[in-house]
Amino acid sequence: MKKQNIVVVILAVLAGLLLAVWGMFAVGDNMPRGVTEFSREAYDLHMIILWICVVIGVLVFGAMFVSIILHRKSRGAEAAQFTHSTKAEVAWTVIPIIILVAMAIPATRVLILMETTAGYEMDIKITGYQWKWHYEYMGEGVSFISSLDSASNAARIKNSGIDPASVDNYLLEVDNRLVIPADTKIRFLLTAGDVIHSWWVPELGWKRDAIPGLVNEAWTEVSEPGVYRGQCAELCGKDHGFMPIVVEVLPKAEFNQWLVEQKGPQDDLDTSGYAEAGDSAAADTALTSTVN
Amino acid sequence: MSNTAAVQEHHDDAHHGPAKGLMRWVFTTNHKDIGTLYLLFALLMFLVGGFMAMIIRAELFQPGLQLVDPEFFNQMTTMHALVMIFGAVMPAFVGLANWMVPMMIGAPDMALPRMNNWSFWILPFAFVMLLSTLFMPSGGPAGGWTLYPPLSLQTGNSFAFVIFAIHMMGISSIMGAINIIATILNMRAPGMTLLRMPLFVWTWLITAFLLIAVMPVLAGAVTMLLTDRFFDTSFFNAAGGGDPVMFQHIFWFFGHPEVYIMILPAFGVISEIIPTFARKPLFGYSAMVYATASIAFLSFIVWAHHMFTVGMPLGGELFFMYATMVIAVPTGVKVFNWVSTMWRGSMTFETPMLFALAFVILFTIGGFSGLMLAIVPADFQYHDTYFVVAHFHYVLVTGAIFGIIAGVYYWLPKWTGHMYSERLGKIHFWWSTISVNVLFFPQHYLGLAGMPRRIPDYAVQFADYNMISSIGGFAFGLAQLLLVYIVWQTARGGQKATAQVWEGAKGLEWTVPSPAPYHTFEDPPVIDDSKLAHGDVAH
Repeated sequence: MKKQNIVVVILAVLAGLLLAVWGMFAVGDNMPRGVTEFSREAYDLHMIILWICVVIGVLVFGAMFVSIILHRKSRGAEAAQFTHSTKAEVAWTVIPIIILVAMAIPATRVLILMETTAGYEMDIKITGYQWKWHYEYMGEGVSFISSLDSASNAARIKNSGIDPASVDNYLLEVDNRLVIPADTKIRFLLTAGDVIHSWWVPELGWKRDAIPGLVNEAWTEVSEPGVYRGQCAELCGKDHGFMPIVVEVLPKAEFNQWLVEQKGPQDDLDTSGYAEAGDSAAADTALTSTVN
Repeated sequence: MSNTAAVQEHHDDAHHGPAKGLMRWVFTTNHKDIGTLYLLFALLMFLVGGFMAMIIRAELFQPGLQLVDPEFFNQMTTMHALVMIFGAVMPAFVGLANWMVPMMIGAPDMALPRMNNWSFWILPFAFVMLLSTLFMPSGGPAGGWTLYPPLSLQTGNSFAFVIFAIHMMGISSIMGAINIIATILNMRAPGMTLLRMPLFVWTWLITAFLLIAVMPVLAGAVTMLLTDRFFDTSFFNAAGGGDPVMFQHIFWFFGHPEVYIMILPAFGVISEIIPTFARKPLFGYSAMVYATASIAFLSFIVWAHHMFTVGMPLGGELFFMYATMVIAVPTGVKVFNWVSTMWRGSMTFETPMLFALAFVILFTIGGFSGLMLAIVPADFQYHDTYFVVAHFHYVLVTGAIFGIIAGVYYWLPKWTGHMYSERLGKIHFWWSTISVNVLFFPQHYLGLAGMPRRIPDYAVQFADYNMISSIGGFAFGLAQLLLVYIVWQTARGGQKATAQVWEGAKGLEWTVPSPAPYHTFEDPPVIDDSKLAHGDVAH
C-alpha cells in the first residue's frame, strides 16, 4: 500500500481516538477539586494518572486500530511471521517501570501529607451507628447525633409519592450538621458502635472507615467556609444509603460563637441534644417497621 | 488371562459412546460431557445473576425507591456477585478447561474423571442452597459478597446455608483445580513439552495453582464467620478481643488471587483467538507465560489495596501501592503482545475475533482504572464508589465474560459440529459491546461525582447517569438472550463445520473432527510442529 494512505489511516485513527477522549471528558463529571490541600493534591494525582492512561491508551489502541484497518485479509494483507522483538519487549517493560516510578514519587509525598496528623488544633470524635453519625467535640463537652433530615426521610419510603427532586438536597441533608471552623487543622478520631461505616465528604478529599473496636485518625483543614456534603461509603446494612454527612465550615469567630451556644446552659443543651437524637432514633425504628 | 481381560475392557471402552438418557449426565466421567454440564450450568447462573442485576438497575433507574426495599436490594447486590463469580465465571472457565485442555495437550480425558463428575455435581446443590436463602424467613445474605463482619454477622439463620454453600463451591473448585493440574502435568502427549503448550493450557495451569492456594483461605475465613455467628467465638468481634479488620485481610488474601483466577483463563482464550484470526503466530509466547506467572505471584502480595481506607500504617499503604502498580508491567506486556500479534497479520473479523478485540480494548480500560485505584491518595476518593463498580465490571464483564463468550464462539463449531450464524453472532457482538459501555462507562462519572456503591437510592444529581446506565443494562441483559438462542440454534443444526473450522486455527484440537468424537486421542497424537498452537516452537 502507498505510504500516503498509511499516513492518512494513522491520522484518521488518531483523530477518532482524540475525539473519543474529548467526548469522554466533555460529557462526564470529574472528581471535585475540593476545598482542602489534600483534596487538591488527590485531584492532581488523579488527573496525572488519568492523563498517563489516556496517552498510553491512545498509543496502544491507535496501533491496534491502524492494524485492524491496514492488516486485514480483505485488503490482501499477507501475514508476517515474526514472533519476537527483543528491543520492543525491553522497551515496553522498561518504559512503564519508569512511568510508574515517576508516578509513585508524588503519590508517596501526598500520602505522607495525609497520614501526618501532627499539629492539630482540635479533636472531633466521629462514631458511626446504624444509621446515623455521632459527633463529639473532644474536651468541649459538646456532642450530638446527626441523621437523615425528615424531608428526605419521608420521601425515601418506597412509593412515598414524594418526588425526590422536590426535596432540597435529597438524601444529602441532616438534622444536625457537623460544624467546624475554617483554617483550623482538625483531627478526626473515627470509630463505630455496631458495624463498619466509612466517613466520606468528597470535597475534603478522603474517606476513612469507622470500625468498631478501633480508632482511626484522619485530618482536615478547610479554608473556604461553606457546606460540604457526603455519605457513608461502607455498606452498613439496610439504611446504608440513608446516613449522609453534612459539614458546615464557619469562619473561626462564628464557629466559636456556635460552640458557645451549643454549650449554652449546660444541662439543657446536652439533654436536648440527646433527646433529639433519641427522637430520631425512635423515628427511625418507626420507619423501620413501616419499611419492613 | 488377565492381560486379555484388560485388552478386552480397553477395547470395550474405546467403542462405547455416551450412555442414553438422563443418566448419561448424572454418571458421566467424560471430560466433554462434564465440560458441557459446566458450561450450561454457568449459562444458567449467568441468567440468574443477570436477572438480579436487572432488578438492581431497575431500582436505580430513577431516584426514590419504587420496586424493592433496601434490605432486598442489598440481598440482590450480594447474591448477584456470589452467583456471577462462583456460579457463572468460574464454572464457565472450568467448563472450557474440561472441554479443551485434554484436546489441546493430546490427552484422552482428564486425569481424574470420577472426581471430575463430583466437582461438577456439587455445584447445583451448592447453588440451590445459596439461592434458597432468598426464600427463608430471615432472607438471603445482604452484607455484600465480601461478607465483612460485623455486618455479615447480622444475617439471620440463613447465614449458615450461605457459608456451607461457599464451602461446597470451594471444594468443587479445589477438586477441579487438582484435576486440571494432574491432567496437564501427567497427560500431555509425548513431545508436548511445557513450553509448547497452548497459552490457554498455561493460563489454566497457573490459575489452578492459585485456586488451590486460596480457596482454603476463603473456607477458613467463612468458617470463622460461622463460629462467630453461631458458636459465640470472637474472631472478628472487637468486644471479645477479635478484630473485624483481620477478616478483611484474610478475605482479600483469597479475594485478590480470585480476581486473577477469573481473568487469567480469559487471557489464555484471547491468546488462542487473536493468532488464529490474524493468521500469525502469537507474539512473545514465552513472555506471555512468564507474564502470567508474574501476575499470579504478584496477586498474593497486593491484597490490602482493597482496604486502603481501613487505617493501615503508612508503610503498609506504601507497600501495597507499589506492589499494585508493579502488576501493570506484566499486564502491559500481555496487551502489547496481543497488539503485536495483530500487527502485520492478515486479519478477518469473525465473531470470536470481534469479542477478542473488544476484550483487549475494554479490559485495558478496566486495567487503567485499576492503575488509578492503586494511587492511594486518589483511592481515598475512589474507594467504595461507583468508580470501583465501573472498574471491576470492565475487567469482569468485558474482560472475563467477553473472554468466555469469545471462547464459546471460537470452539462452538468444534463442540457441536455446526457453524453458528455469523450474522446473529455479529449482531450479538455489536449489541453487547455498545450496550455494555452505555451500562458501565457512566458509572465512572457517578463514582467521581460522589455516588457510593451498594446504595438503593441516591441524590438527584446522580439521576441522569443512573438512567443511562440502567438503559444500557437492560439492553445488555436482553442481548444475552440472543446468545442463548444462538447456542441453542447451533447445537440443533446448521452448516457443517470442518475439522479445521477456522482457516488460521492451529493446535491439536483442530486435528480431530467436528463435532469432536466422544473419545479423542486414545492413542497419543504425534506432535508435529506445524500443528502446535501458536507457540514459538523455535525459541
